[in-house]
Amino acid sequence: MAKRYATGTLAVEGVDLDIARGDFLALLGPSGCGKSTLLRMIAGLIPASEGRLDFPADAAARRSIGFVFQEPTLMPWASALRNVALPLELAGTPRREAEARAAEMLARVELGGFEHAYPRALSGGMKMRVSIARALVTKPRLLLMDEPFAALDEITRFRLNADLLDLWRAERFTVIFVTHSVFESVFLAERIVVMAPRPGRILRELAVPAADRAVPEFRTSAIYAAHCREVSHALAEAMGGA
Amino acid sequence: MRATRLLRWMAPTLLGVLFLAGWEWAVRAKEVPPFILPGPVLIAETLARDWSSLSVSLLITLQITFAALAVAASLGLLLAVLFAQSRVVEMSLFPYAVILQVTPIVAIAPLIIIWVDDVRAALLICAWIVAFFPILSNTTVGLNSTDRNLEDLFRLYGASRWQVLWRLKLPSAMPYFLAGLRISGGLALIGAIVAEFVAGTGGRASGLAYRILEAGYQLQIPRMFAALVLVSGTGIAIFLALSLLSHLLLRRWHESAQAGEPR
Repeated sequence: MAKRYATGTLAVEGVDLDIARGDFLALLGPSGCGKSTLLRMIAGLIPASEGRLDFPADAAARRSIGFVFQEPTLMPWASALRNVALPLELAGTPRREAEARAAEMLARVELGGFEHAYPRALSGGMKMRVSIARALVTKPRLLLMDEPFAALDEITRFRLNADLLDLWRAERFTVIFVTHSVFESVFLAERIVVMAPRPGRILRELAVPAADRAVPEFRTSAIYAAHCREVSHALAEAMGGA
Repeated sequence: MRATRLLRWMAPTLLGVLFLAGWEWAVRAKEVPPFILPGPVLIAETLARDWSSLSVSLLITLQITFAALAVAASLGLLLAVLFAQSRVVEMSLFPYAVILQVTPIVAIAPLIIIWVDDVRAALLICAWIVAFFPILSNTTVGLNSTDRNLEDLFRLYGASRWQVLWRLKLPSAMPYFLAGLRISGGLALIGAIVAEFVAGTGGRASGLAYRILEAGYQLQIPRMFAALVLVSGTGIAIFLALSLLSHLLLRRWHESAQAGEPR
């Protein structure tokens, strides 16, 4: 796939990715490497200039996407519950049923009891949880996340990372997670796709096997550090090549 | 916190009382005749004495003001929504809205009064012209300043044009619309008064502006001031009422209503 903007800038070039159902894939790279552009093309928010996206034939794929932005992107005039119920209501689900499912989803992201709170009253981390609940309430096959935790403090980010992994293990939706943090990508993803800028392209793909992740206290383990070092080298190569 | 709130009320009240007392004292001390400058006490007495005739006029002015405000609000909102739906409509109509806004109402009021047979309708049109623009321009800005990511989100979920308008654009524009409404409330009153001045309609069924004119001709200066007090009081009441409305509608989510009391 490729994306060329009307200005002539080639944002993404020659991207070829094969993503299996249930993958947790991280797109890692420096600013301007086209990772967000790629994500938006996958979501169908911007058209690809070349190439195409193939979804499995059996999936009602287009409708089955959840998207989490870098900002929580909540409607400030609506309560947490109403925000989470939005995707269902836009699809025509009756209000009562949509709200029941939204309440269930809020409980899953540990926000039970905050249904009627307005975004203004919630902390940054809680707002992001609402945003994740909204993306998951339609039970999507594919969850797209665009640097969702970049604006949060480290403690909150670590907790949300762990909770996201728990949700993913339970539901096994496919995740494409855009990040510029080596540590976050190694902690979360089984497949790490390192991208290089100008033009945005895939440089290398690295794997973090599930078995490695199973060690206790993975975040402080030696094997985690080894993966981080490997990914850092790849990233340095991506920056150096620019 | 409590102290500042108290101060917010106390300071202007104290200043007002001092000003009125000084005025009254000056009028009495210098023995200024009432037809040059009446004192506050005399004005209050006149207001109480003439209340029966002045209140009828107040009611008439209020009717025109609120009718004009209602038409301005609904038409301004409607037109702004139309602008948001189509760039072509916006580009073709907006310049004329600006022309309508910058043309002094005193200059075109006589024409409108000549063209429109019904005086009430003529007054309403004048007040509407003055009140309409802030609502239109504010709401247009509001409708165009929705969060781009939220728009993407609505697109991702396949929202219809109607859903985008109703669930995203209108709520986003609400604070802007209400700010416009607060400005227009005062302007509608000014428009109604100016038009009444120009029309100069007599008889019992005429508004406060005519009472001011009439009192001026008859050199009943205290009565003139009494009518003026009513006009100002009405303007302040309209502003406070619309501020309260805005506060009640926005207090749960918008930053402008965060301070805890209407501004």
